[in-house]
Amino acid sequence: MSLMNSLSTSMISSSSSAFLAATSFNSRTHIVSVPVKGINVFKCVATPQEQRTAYKTKVSRNENIAKLQAGYLFPEVARRRAAHLLKYPNAQVISLGIGDTTEPIPDVITSAMAKRSHALSTLEGYSGYGAEQGEKALRAALNSVFYSDFGIEEDDLFVSDGAKCDISRLQVVFGSNVTMAVQDPSYPAYVDSSVIMGQTGQFQKDVEKYANIEYMRCTPENGFFPDLSTVARTDIIFFCSPNNPSGAAATREQLTRLVQFARENGSIIVYDSAYAMYMSEDNPRSIFEIPGAKEVAIETASFSKYAGFTGVRLGWTVVPKQLLFSDGFPVAKDFNRIVCTCFNGASNIAQAGGLACLSPEGLEAMQEVIGFYKENTKIIVETFNSLGFKVYGGKNAPYVWVHFPGRNSWDVFSEILEKTHIVTTPGTGFGPGGEGFIRVSAFGHRENVLEACRRFKQLYN
Amino acid sequence: MYKLSACCSMACGISLHPKMVLASLRIRKQGNGHRTNVPRNVNLEKLQNNYLFPEISKREVQHMDKYPNAKVISLGIGDTTEPIPEKISLSMANYARALSTADGYRGYGAEQGNQALRKAIAETFYKDVVIKDTEVFVSDGSQCDISRLQLLLGSKVTIAVQDPSFPAYIDSSVIIGQAGDFQDKTGKYQNIEYMPCGPQNNFFPDLATTPRTDIIFFCSPNNPTGHAATRKQLQQLVEFARDNGSIIIFDSAYAAYITDDSPKSIFEIPGAKEVAIEISSFSKFAGFTGVRLGWTVVPEELLFSSGFPVINDFNRIVCTCFNGASNIAQAGGLACLSSEGFQAIRSVIDYYKENANILVDTFASLGLNVYGGVNAPYVWVHFPGSKSWSVFSEILEKTHIITVPGSGFGPGGAEYIRISAFGQRDRIIEASWRLEKLFSKEKTLFNSVWNIE
Repeated sequence: MSLMNSLSTSMISSSSSAFLAATSFNSRTHIVSVPVKGINVFKCVATPQEQRTAYKTKVSRNENIAKLQAGYLFPEVARRRAAHLLKYPNAQVISLGIGDTTEPIPDVITSAMAKRSHALSTLEGYSGYGAEQGEKALRAALNSVFYSDFGIEEDDLFVSDGAKCDISRLQVVFGSNVTMAVQDPSYPAYVDSSVIMGQTGQFQKDVEKYANIEYMRCTPENGFFPDLSTVARTDIIFFCSPNNPSGAAATREQLTRLVQFARENGSIIVYDSAYAMYMSEDNPRSIFEIPGAKEVAIETASFSKYAGFTGVRLGWTVVPKQLLFSDGFPVAKDFNRIVCTCFNGASNIAQAGGLACLSPEGLEAMQEVIGFYKENTKIIVETFNSLGFKVYGGKNAPYVWVHFPGRNSWDVFSEILEKTHIVTTPGTGFGPGGEGFIRVSAFGHRENVLEACRRFKQLYN
Repeated sequence: MYKLSACCSMACGISLHPKMVLASLRIRKQGNGHRTNVPRNVNLEKLQNNYLFPEISKREVQHMDKYPNAKVISLGIGDTTEPIPEKISLSMANYARALSTADGYRGYGAEQGNQALRKAIAETFYKDVVIKDTEVFVSDGSQCDISRLQLLLGSKVTIAVQDPSFPAYIDSSVIIGQAGDFQDKTGKYQNIEYMPCGPQNNFFPDLATTPRTDIIFFCSPNNPTGHAATRKQLQQLVEFARDNGSIIIFDSAYAAYITDDSPKSIFEIPGAKEVAIEISSFSKFAGFTGVRLGWTVVPEELLFSSGFPVINDFNRIVCTCFNGASNIAQAGGLACLSSEGFQAIRSVIDYYKENANILVDTFASLGLNVYGGVNAPYVWVHFPGSKSWSVFSEILEKTHIITVPGSGFGPGGAEYIRISAFGQRDRIIEASWRLEKLFSKEKTLFNSVWNIE
């Protein structure tokens, strides 16, 4: 397997976005040493000599993209991992960085996808374009399994190829003239998509924030729920619970306040429930459990972390028909227009898998895999607890949020990588509120997680 | 709280707390119809109608409701109908099954696509023109890529489109904020340059009279006209782009349907790498309209005015706004490009091309001016003096055949009907027969109908 890199962090400047070319490395797994073959890297930092004389079009670069500080967080982490492997080709690197699922998908689900694949070769089973909003049976099943008590209707549901894509499609719906608030720390796609869409000002290096985004600090001190009395009104509020990266699950009381806040401010909550099934405690799994939420919230979710569909690509977004723009126009109508124009439906094979996920057998199988990752999380939490760290998350999400007070999170990331060959994710990748924290993801084979914990114990004892 | 029929492994049970019930009743009573204070995106307000193809679907459904016993034949939306060759679906089935094994499980793939697939695309379609696998970005289809390209380019660029053209170029441009208001009089959005393409100019715009825009969308073989641009025409286009410092977005989704020696890729034209992006798709190539797979080529040589490589920004979009095409679909794509797979696909393409032949013959024999159908699976029929939605309705009402009215593709399509050649052979033959009946019988009636409306 070939790996690429050759970039050190100092090469990342505000106008570059070096990226990995052609990688299909198998990031799950067995502790193996990976031989490095031919590297094919495209990098662009400053304009090299020969390009200054090369033909240039007269098309201006999109100034919004120019605002982005570096590459998207997770390819950055991947790059560091690859660089590390080059440096230590025999190292047995364990990836607890990018939250990538590792366990095989249950048979009941893959056999449905295999069946659908075969059917595409038959006259009766062949299907071409599907409804852009998703196959009816899947929409119905999603509604029945996740929203049956909340008055959400089947046609409020839009099947997609994943939450990350839905977030950008929602941004396209909202356009550049809206303001947004995010938790700090938060999943980077909210901020990055907002910058790309033109909703923000420039990045302010002193505070590490983009101008015009409201960052709602979430810390251990405030129970990882923002002090809404100090939050300025914005049009859109991104809220993720259980939270990536902190693992915090908002309580019913907190979400009721959030809905109230949105209602009073005439804001729209985009509620990311991608980790809802990891909930151990009795917190709401859907924003629509809160009365009045249908008129102020959109919910996005994903099969990625439930069914190991990170590569298969399937998710959904709920836009209730009660959600209206200021002129009374239903948001769902515009979302539907975007879905029909900028998208063409999730893969029919993936959707067949999704339907199988929601059968009683599928649900049970998913619970088992989720339970496996939750057990991993428990082991990691116990490890850091035993080492005397303040540890957050891990109960309701497959992420452990470890506090390293006073330390620079990229430094801690590098130290852990250098000394234990474990990849984590530095907290600042999720916003300035992540400084001093490391996110350890709990996806991995059990033996890798155990080995990683052994190494953590060695390092920090 | 999940509704589970036979599973007890969920930590929580389902209980509707009395407080919740009361609260929801309260809200229903108030019927307050709360409105947020979030302004609607003005760009979406500018859009005139629904996207074209859902509109066609809607009409089809309405018609079927009206005539429940009618045998409706769909030659409207260009949806493939023939089964995917077994070798390909078998690859996908095997890949899916392997996801249940420790060795075969895969999580997140590279957002740019599976390396082997990128290589195979580069080698299959761009071998002679030396496009690298690193310049190939695998996607879930052209419609999605067009929007991602618009996100890349932003609201401050100007675009030109052929007229008529695939509606996603214009609609995505309006959505992203590049266009002005729609003008009913002209049937055009302000700030978009419409380059008429018709029989009068051999379906190639008169570039001498075309103002400069930053971006030029160009589709060849063309949807909806079916015209494949000649090498000479594309040379002119590349030169035009070069002189103007513009970027061509070349849509080659139907390249596999080319019969003659028209270029299959813009990169066959020298100098194109510095002025063009190419988008393409497995949809019409392999019947992947539901499976979802396509690709975009962004050459390293393509630079913004500052010298910054376009590919860097496209990669950023792909990494941030997308998460890769489905790995199962990609496995299918790889199988499509094996020699056996490719051969099987060619048979299916030939099948659709024969359909197109039949349709072209039908219309030609009726004395109608018919275009396309030779290098593309679309037949473009001219009804001079007509309103295309009227012709569409007439055909639907009298023959139960769905087509697409040309004005759905822009004012340049006003007097035309697009007939797609996807369908089972017997349906195509039946459709041809019905159309023959309609047009020969009612020739004089038709002529007068068009002129009235």
